[in-house]
Amino acid sequence: MSEAKNILLVGVGGQGTILASKILSDALVKAGYDVKMSEVHGMSQRGGNVSTQIRYGEKVYSPIIGIGEADVIVAFEKMEALRWIEYLKPDGKIVINDYEIPSAPILMGKAEYPKGITETLKEKADILVLKAAEVAQSLGNPRVMNIVLLGSLVKAMDISGIDWDEVIRDNVKKGFEDINIKAFNEGMKQ
Amino acid sequence: MRVLLSGNEAIARGAYEAGLKFASAYPGTPSTEILENLVQYKDALYCEWAPNEKVALEAAIGASVAGVRSMAAMKHVGVNVAADPLFTFAYTGVTGGLVLVSADDPGMHSSQNEQDNRNYAEAARLLMLNPSDSQEAKDFMKLGLELSEKFDTPVMLHVTTRICHSKGLVEFEERKEVPAIPYEKNIAKFVATPANAQVMRAKLEERLAAMEEYSNTVSINQPEYRDTKVGVITSGVGYEYAKETFGDDASFLKLGMAFPLPRKLIKEFASKVDKLYVVEEMDPYIERHVAQLGIACEGKSLIPKYGELNTDIVRTAVFGTENPHATVEGMEAVVRPPVLCAGCPHRGFFYALSKRKNLVITGDIGCYTLGSAPPLSAIDTCFCMGGSISTGHGAAKALKLSGQDKKAVAVIGDSTFFHTGINSLIDVIYNKGNSVSVILDNRITGMTGHQENPGSGFTLMGEPTVEVDIEKLCLAIGMKKENIYVVNPLDLEETGKALDDAIAKDEPTVIITKWPCILKKFSAQDKEDFDLSPKKCRIDQEKCKKCKACVRTGCPAIHSGEAIEIDGSSCTGCTVCLQVCPFEAIEEVR
Repeated sequence: MSEAKNILLVGVGGQGTILASKILSDALVKAGYDVKMSEVHGMSQRGGNVSTQIRYGEKVYSPIIGIGEADVIVAFEKMEALRWIEYLKPDGKIVINDYEIPSAPILMGKAEYPKGITETLKEKADILVLKAAEVAQSLGNPRVMNIVLLGSLVKAMDISGIDWDEVIRDNVKKGFEDINIKAFNEGMKQ
Repeated sequence: MRVLLSGNEAIARGAYEAGLKFASAYPGTPSTEILENLVQYKDALYCEWAPNEKVALEAAIGASVAGVRSMAAMKHVGVNVAADPLFTFAYTGVTGGLVLVSADDPGMHSSQNEQDNRNYAEAARLLMLNPSDSQEAKDFMKLGLELSEKFDTPVMLHVTTRICHSKGLVEFEERKEVPAIPYEKNIAKFVATPANAQVMRAKLEERLAAMEEYSNTVSINQPEYRDTKVGVITSGVGYEYAKETFGDDASFLKLGMAFPLPRKLIKEFASKVDKLYVVEEMDPYIERHVAQLGIACEGKSLIPKYGELNTDIVRTAVFGTENPHATVEGMEAVVRPPVLCAGCPHRGFFYALSKRKNLVITGDIGCYTLGSAPPLSAIDTCFCMGGSISTGHGAAKALKLSGQDKKAVAVIGDSTFFHTGINSLIDVIYNKGNSVSVILDNRITGMTGHQENPGSGFTLMGEPTVEVDIEKLCLAIGMKKENIYVVNPLDLEETGKALDDAIAKDEPTVIITKWPCILKKFSAQDKEDFDLSPKKCRIDQEKCKKCKACVRTGCPAIHSGEAIEIDGSSCTGCTVCLQVCPFEAIEEVR
């Protein structure tokens, strides 16, 4: 089996998982790793769940991972953590954004949003729960929630030697560099 | 320079580097981004969205005949549409190199079926290349154009969702301009009359033999010999999964060119290994050929023959060892199905349609297929792109013939109508049907992410162009003026009245609903034609009786909990909920 590290970003269409994935994969390429990144396109704008997988190492073959293979999962939405937990390695870490986006059956009152997700997952894995939306809000821009989560993910990945400020500057909209760097650093502190 | 590129970006880059001059495509997941990326090189080449895949391939064939390198790109089911010219073009061969990109979708992430188009290469006798990552996607695109000219054949570049949408590192090279081959009239080569085609068919056998010889020697088909206890024949993304499953100890025969298959090489490889596996996604395409050579192997007896593969699935299938992982009992994530967006103009129409009874509603491929989902549940069938109007016509005739008191209503989108719906509407009118054909014109190709189309006023290369006038087109093919209804789908009364009128008539009718996709970047024309100023709706909690009529519109901005509330951040003020509220509890706020 390959020694590649596996990162899984999961969330709901529109939460900014793609930008976070792009920043992370760009950084890993700059750091000299072989990198593969895979995402499911198609229907994500229409409220579906989205996932991006990033694999890095000396040599990466498969662009995707299976059950029990993720070193770190970051769930941009709480119920998505529950959906993807079986992809986590037994000694893996999961970062969970304490943020709920009810899906269509819940909105229509046909199903209930599961209660006690973080409490249940705590017993199963090494988890970090944060309220990234509140952190982003306190920085003055709720849209940088994804970069707060990226910061927490990078901390969980325990990876060094990357100039994150530079990679973030290269990837975010002009004029929004500083707030995104702040968001990243706040995420690292969580 | 090494850049992280998706397979689709890499295919576009490869086409550019190889001196390609002409490309045509119809958008379809997972192929859409190929031309969306190719257009960045518009100073060096020409590219376009065609109304459908057959037109795209035919245009690319014309460009090849006229002497330049060309390509057509489409999703797997698009090749069904383009199959007619494809099979004959394999007889005539090319002038400039031609590559057909077939993007298959194992696991049906965004498709109605998961056919394995490698079978097409064999059936039509096309040379086929099968990249396993982004670098190969670029390299094989270039090689494909060269081999097309070398062997005088169209080439299929066969990719799958994970090749198209996964990113890997790709080395860039410069573009090499390839001079056009001056056109020379050659009737015997390009006019496929029976007399000529009979000659071509015989020649095709010679070409196949030459291509197979090449397949046996080409570097992209060479074995990697290590420990020979286990040998694996594989191709495409299957190679990546096999490599991680069997590790660096096994021997591999990776087929970068999987038609014609290198039979000599396969025999030689099989003879050198003790146990042979074939790892491939979808059909047992390679395995079938290995078996025909009388070689024993393990393939689909272990590995799933449908759905998408990954390393974990292959390893579990071959070795029976499952990865340890966490399981959560007694708690399940609620499904998150895609829904019509808040503010989608289709919602108003489908709500109005769902209130009409005794209908057979034939649907089509696009965002509006989501009209089949609860609570609207207002689509009864969906088979293929462009098929709803003809299916509705057949259903209408059958209902009438068999005395069933029901009416057929066909629902199609604007891009889909241009795709192949027009022919169907001609059928309804010509053959005196009585189905209601509804064209949901949202001013763009929605589902694949907003590509221009013949009704949107712009080309792929960003130039303003003529718009097809759907209403006039309907008139021109014989639809009576009084049987054409043009409505705002977000006006439930207007839409409902048009439906009632059309359903009551015993002749062909058309309803054109016109409102732009809410996610679209509005053009100046859109802003002039429609009131698109920002609006919101709000529920007055004192007036709300919690009857949930608004919830039953299926709008994702409406949350039904202890109170019924509208999420102001996602509401666009389309007012469908306001119109269905029996207690006037919903108000519009600007």
